[in-house]
Amino acid sequence: MITLTLADLVIAALLVVLLALLSMHLKTGISRQLVIAALRTAIQLSLIGLVLKVLFENVQLGWVAVMATFMLLVAGREVMARQERRFKGWWGYAVGTISMFLSSFTVTVFALVVILGDTPWYAPQYAIPLLGMLLGNTMNGIAIAMDRLTHAAWEQRGVIEARLMLGERWDEAISEMRRQAIRSGMIPIINAMAAAGIISLPGMMTGQILAGAAPVDAVKYQILIMFLITAGTGLGTMAAVTIGAKHLFDKRQRLCLDRLREK
Amino acid sequence: MSKAPPLLQIKNLHRLMIGPLSLGVDSGDCLCITGPSGCGKSLLLRAIADLDPHGGDLLLEGVTSNELAANEWRTRVGLLPPESCWWLPRAIDHFRDGVPVLLDHIGISMPVLEQPVSRLSSGEKQRLALIRLLSNRPRVLLLDEPTANLDPVNTRRIEAVITEYRRSHDAAVIWVSHDGEQVRRVANRHYEVVDGRLQKREMESMQ
Repeated sequence: MITLTLADLVIAALLVVLLALLSMHLKTGISRQLVIAALRTAIQLSLIGLVLKVLFENVQLGWVAVMATFMLLVAGREVMARQERRFKGWWGYAVGTISMFLSSFTVTVFALVVILGDTPWYAPQYAIPLLGMLLGNTMNGIAIAMDRLTHAAWEQRGVIEARLMLGERWDEAISEMRRQAIRSGMIPIINAMAAAGIISLPGMMTGQILAGAAPVDAVKYQILIMFLITAGTGLGTMAAVTIGAKHLFDKRQRLCLDRLREK
Repeated sequence: MSKAPPLLQIKNLHRLMIGPLSLGVDSGDCLCITGPSGCGKSLLLRAIADLDPHGGDLLLEGVTSNELAANEWRTRVGLLPPESCWWLPRAIDHFRDGVPVLLDHIGISMPVLEQPVSRLSSGEKQRLALIRLLSNRPRVLLLDEPTANLDPVNTRRIEAVITEYRRSHDAAVIWVSHDGEQVRRVANRHYEVVDGRLQKREMESMQ
């Protein structure tokens, strides 16, 4: 593998600076954001590089768990922020975080123990990147699905209540919206699988090839990751929508839109 | 001989600006409620259908609403909202037991039932919503201005269907209306909402 020097990165950074100058000239109003985001990338990734270096040198389940928990909590915040009409209070945070915990953690541990079978099973070199990829994708699915569910319940409250008035149970009254929410959460990953290798070369595989891995090996890993991500996203989306739909109703099966945040 | 308990008993019901109010409704009763817009008539019906949180007790044939699953309660105490909602492509898809028997009585023909819901007029939808509710065979009917969008002919048709249902099924009706003439035609009891309470009004002519 060709090791990059600081000078190599500076050259690449110059491209971003040029772009910032150009967009300033065009008065797009995003030059500032562009520079800040580029700085954040450099700082955040350098920090994570240091953290991973320490983590790889001290292979301990406790440290891996701390790192994993931190990643989960940040992802949970991101899911919450992406929903326009999320649940009020700690529920808004909990629905996504719990669902990601249920899906991403389960699938990661399953892959580490059953498929990869390294010793120890929590070897951070595998555990952390795997969990990161799963969280990143599950997060998208859950955020889209929850946004869709809460929007639909808000917009179509008349339909839900009309069905309740006719004696339907809460889960019958919201069944169609629940199905649609799960569907919209899963479509991006289904599309990604369908396009993989033809339209896009997935990032992980590309990275391995750049690092000198044989393409066939890199492809095998990529297929594994795609399947894991699909399972994680699907399970996470279903969990979030199921928990969320239930929380839209109280014990007497009344639609409780006051549990959602106003826009 | 002790008198049988009323079909629907409302005890100390209160919610936001309504109540507390208590009321008994017997089988065969048709109780009309009038009052200015925004006085809480619709909120009262929603509370009786257990669609909104409320204080106080609701009893149907001596059984409190909390002893029944909420969906069971709403099957027996059916609410017809002022605007009907449809979620399947055609009206007929909303009738679980196929073509409703009362179709002729509301002046709607079979082809209308099979059209896309979006092509029905608001009056047709309102009439169909009534017989959709009746196909659940509720013991108590809560009607929120069921004839608001209808011409005089169809208003009379709907009044006849409701009266016939009440008699043949020994049901009770709580009917929110804005039309004093209608109250005289259909009700045997009349209340007006004043400051969140129900005030009894004398019926000028009984049915």
